Amino acid sequence: MTGIINYEAGNIFSLTAALDRLDIPYGMINKTSEVERYDRIIIPGVGHAGAAMQKLRDSGLAGAVGEIKKPILGICVGMQLLTAYSEEGNASLLDIVPLKTYHFEGRIAEKVPHTGWNKVYPENNNPLFENLKKDTYFYFVHSYFIEYNATFTAAFAQYGLKFSAAIQDKNFFGVQFHPEKSGAAGEQLLLNFSNLR
Amino acid sequence: MLAKRIIPCLDVKDGRTVKGVNFVNLRDAGDPVELAWQYSREGADELVFLDITATHERRKTTVDLVKSVARQVNIPFTIGGGINELADADVLLHSGADKISINSAAVRNPQLIDQMANAFGIQFVVVAVDTRRVNGKNYVHLNGGRLKTDVETEDWIKEAESRGAGEILLTSMDHDGTKNGFDCVLLDKVNRGLSIPLIASGGAGNISHFVDVFQQGHADAALAASVFHYGEILIPDLKAELRKNGIEVR
Repeated sequence: MTGIINYEAGNIFSLTAALDRLDIPYGMINKTSEVERYDRIIIPGVGHAGAAMQKLRDSGLAGAVGEIKKPILGICVGMQLLTAYSEEGNASLLDIVPLKTYHFEGRIAEKVPHTGWNKVYPENNNPLFENLKKDTYFYFVHSYFIEYNATFTAAFAQYGLKFSAAIQDKNFFGVQFHPEKSGAAGEQLLLNFSNLR
Repeated sequence: MLAKRIIPCLDVKDGRTVKGVNFVNLRDAGDPVELAWQYSREGADELVFLDITATHERRKTTVDLVKSVARQVNIPFTIGGGINELADADVLLHSGADKISINSAAVRNPQLIDQMANAFGIQFVVVAVDTRRVNGKNYVHLNGGRLKTDVETEDWIKEAESRGAGEILLTSMDHDGTKNGFDCVLLDKVNRGLSIPLIASGGAGNISHFVDVFQQGHADAALAASVFHYGEILIPDLKAELRKNGIEVR
């Protein structure tokens, strides 16, 4: 069973709807003691990274995330929380994956937010991307990006620069795009995650 | 590279699609959810639902529709029509809408854009602009193009962007319904001053109009209704032709 970290950072209706369509059972994690009920965990998140981090702290779950040994998937801002720092709100984050989150603005000539379908290139046969071709389109909408890193980038995308479309460090995974909105490809990725042990 | 987006727009009234549709294999052509699902299967990149009676008759957009779409459709969608205050948008966000589009309410109360961007993030806020040419100048029009304002279109778009619009959906009322092509001149002009995505709307009649709107109008996305609903353009054919013209599509 998949547990969703429930810290009120944005709307999770679309995520739970996608899990329902895929017959992936899930429940909500409201406090630390509930983490152990689940085989894998999703951290959703939309909006402002600094504000999301504060909500995670307020929920009392921030300290527990780093201790989790099961597969864990951060989505969008939920993934950015795994990094050390975000320029959004000049915020210190969970620092589980030693990367930084930067603003696109001022670094690229392209429009910000990065909105729409872009090609994602998995690295090192990352298991999240099993049964997906090498340049599959996923749906993005974000103004901040996680830097590319040869060790921790699980998949990259190009938008004015090369950035982390997905990251992995041990059992910690993150995707910048929205699998719950990325058509069949997104559903495959959620299924892949639900098969991780 | 980011793909150019193709966006079918569904006009909805009382929870039913308004314009006729010509899909094969469709059990109920008036069911917006089934239609949306069909479009997503055909390769639409996004969907827009517009409650066309909303602004005029002050109707609230139906939350049930948004929930049904969010449950069954796996691509992003925008809902517009009758969104006048923060609370309207909040309900729609929590019902699964990816974006809301505001039009007349934003012109009447521009601060609404700031409020929504602050509350939900700019990615949630699409500002729809209906424009019509009067004496050689482009003016914002309200209530589905029926009511002219004194606001010049390009000025308003710049203001909307600075207040926190995440995207601009620009409909040329002069081109809308003509099937003679998008207003590529205006779109190109607007796009040059814009650093957020621009969705073009109004005038699509054939596949070459979509080639033009991306190559000449430089829009990020193109929206159309009847050419898709009546089956005059099939999305797989459209995308194949765009690809042939060197335009990146999913």
